[in-house]
Amino acid sequence: MKLLAKNTKSALLISALIGAMASTAVHAELKLNGSGASFPAPIYNKWFKDYSKMNDGVRVDYQSKGSGAGIQDFINETVDFAASDAAMKDSEIEQVKKGTILLPMTAGEVVLSYNLDGVKELKLPRDVYPEIFMGKITKWNDPKIAAANPGVSLPDEKITVVVRSDSSGTSYVFTNHLSAINEEFKTSVGGAKSPNWPSAGTIVKAPKNDGVTATIKQTPGAIGYIEYGFAKLTKMPTALLQNQKGEFVAAGSESGAAALATTPFPETNLPGSDVPDLRGWATDPSGADAYPIATFTWLLVYKDQEDDKAKAMRDLIEYMVTTGQESSESMGYIPLPENVVEKVRNAAKMIK
Amino acid sequence: MVYDPFKESSSSRTLSAPPSSADYLKDSLFRFFAYFCALSIIILVAYIVIELGIQAYPAMEKHGLGFITGTTWDTNQGIFSVLPEIWGTVYSSLIALFIGGFFGIGIAIFLTQSFVHAKLELTFRTIIELLAAIPSVVYGLWGIYVLIPLLRPVADWLHETMGWFPLFGTELSGPGLAPAALVLAIMILPTVAAISADAFRRIPYRVKEAAYGMGATKWEVILKVMLPTASSGILAGLVLGFGRALGETMALAMLIGNVNEISISLFAPANTLASLLASTFPEAGQLEIQALMYAALVLLAITFIVNVAGLAVQQYTMRKFEGKK
Repeated sequence: MKLLAKNTKSALLISALIGAMASTAVHAELKLNGSGASFPAPIYNKWFKDYSKMNDGVRVDYQSKGSGAGIQDFINETVDFAASDAAMKDSEIEQVKKGTILLPMTAGEVVLSYNLDGVKELKLPRDVYPEIFMGKITKWNDPKIAAANPGVSLPDEKITVVVRSDSSGTSYVFTNHLSAINEEFKTSVGGAKSPNWPSAGTIVKAPKNDGVTATIKQTPGAIGYIEYGFAKLTKMPTALLQNQKGEFVAAGSESGAAALATTPFPETNLPGSDVPDLRGWATDPSGADAYPIATFTWLLVYKDQEDDKAKAMRDLIEYMVTTGQESSESMGYIPLPENVVEKVRNAAKMIK
Repeated sequence: MVYDPFKESSSSRTLSAPPSSADYLKDSLFRFFAYFCALSIIILVAYIVIELGIQAYPAMEKHGLGFITGTTWDTNQGIFSVLPEIWGTVYSSLIALFIGGFFGIGIAIFLTQSFVHAKLELTFRTIIELLAAIPSVVYGLWGIYVLIPLLRPVADWLHETMGWFPLFGTELSGPGLAPAALVLAIMILPTVAAISADAFRRIPYRVKEAAYGMGATKWEVILKVMLPTASSGILAGLVLGFGRALGETMALAMLIGNVNEISISLFAPANTLASLLASTFPEAGQLEIQALMYAALVLLAITFIVNVAGLAVQQYTMRKFEGKK
């Protein structure tokens, strides 16, 4: 009897062990690894954590390395998906053997943050801020700035322009916008991830969003560009920018959504495939209440995948465009407009 | 059995035995281990140089010597050259060496020439060595939030009153050469101070006694006897400190302004090779990575030249002041 009891006990133990092993096996069954852009990393990490928690057996990991590194990983097939603020170039898409689908997932704004004692609201006209970043307007009391800000006492102080020293999607979006509204900027600097800023003696460079923010904070008379979410988090003052319609607009989720709503998408497909091209740029949005510098950020997904991974990926994307969008605003991102969500859904169906 | 005194003395029970085969084995194993350690350092350095060389080769072929003499780093057009970075690296390190060396040697003298009580000496030494344990990022942040605001009024005043002097030729806009070099000086201070203090301590006491005995004052002893005698050790400390300054990355990336310009002014923003590597590497494309590898080789070459030059000066002072050949 005793022996029997002992046997049952060990049998129970063994079956429990097997059960535990089996269940860990189920948990570890599917892993989706991604890497890329650092700009959407905070919200991606939240989404992927929540999604992995809700779905047993799927685990999504994301490494924030930078857009360039993400694209490189995607081409080398060392990840299951990647993310990029600058989408992908045609030449890069052609290098991907498993087929590429580019999906806008969330969006952000780039703001101009400044350090001016006692100036609570600063309006910068369309013809002024490109010239500041070209080193042509060098004083805060320049008549062009003063004309747009009646009643604001602007100091006779040198403008120190702070830009990114590392290659970044933020620089890409900002310089593309400046190129779109200023012909001279386009020819002399142009839009790039690490633009060749003019050597005007007024420009200093700092690494990452935090480096730029810290430098602006510590330098009286400084101005620089950072992501809206970051400015919101660090409570930096941001300038009102004049949009295409001539209105001065502050950055925010509504003005950002207005900018994205008018974003034109190409009618064509991505090169060499039947996937719709969702690389739409809001370089100079036309809406009257639109904030001028807004952009999507893209998820890069393979078209041909193993069945179970493809299914998990489609499921994950559906989660991101529905439940996920609800947390955008509080985290300083702009929710995707309804028409874009529909486009993303349709394109995601092609993941097989 | 015949009594054999030789065998008796070699038995294992006594203390004075010839080495056994196990001893020989231990000895040769240890020697092998020591050789292996020494050799692996050489192999490691050679491997790093070769690996860098292979990765940098395409860029070396493409840019040639123009890489070292040109002043543009433009990813978009694929033009890469690092003269401003070389200038910034050497200039900032030299200023740091000048300031850090002056204070480092001063501290070493203070700590070793019985100016303070032995217990206080130990406290001072510990605090200075603590400086070496502070991470680079912390120095960078301290530089941005504390040093730059402190430096600004001084820099503005110098620029306004002595703007004609090339060193103060520009306004300090925030990050720039001066804050970067000052932070570097603090970072190399512990290295210089610790090694110089050791050099002073190694001087036999009777040297000092003899000098005092001949009627020299304290200052004469320190400046004319101790300092020259310790000079080879002090130089070793300076060379190590300079090497550290050349390769410092994070604090400089945060403080120097990262601008590719060559300016003699202390308040102008500049750039260094290490800072260029740190800020452009993560997102660099293939062509740029090759160019960055080339830049790393250049940095390695500068460090190598500095070390060899340091060694040469050290040997010269040894011959001159210590009578060693």
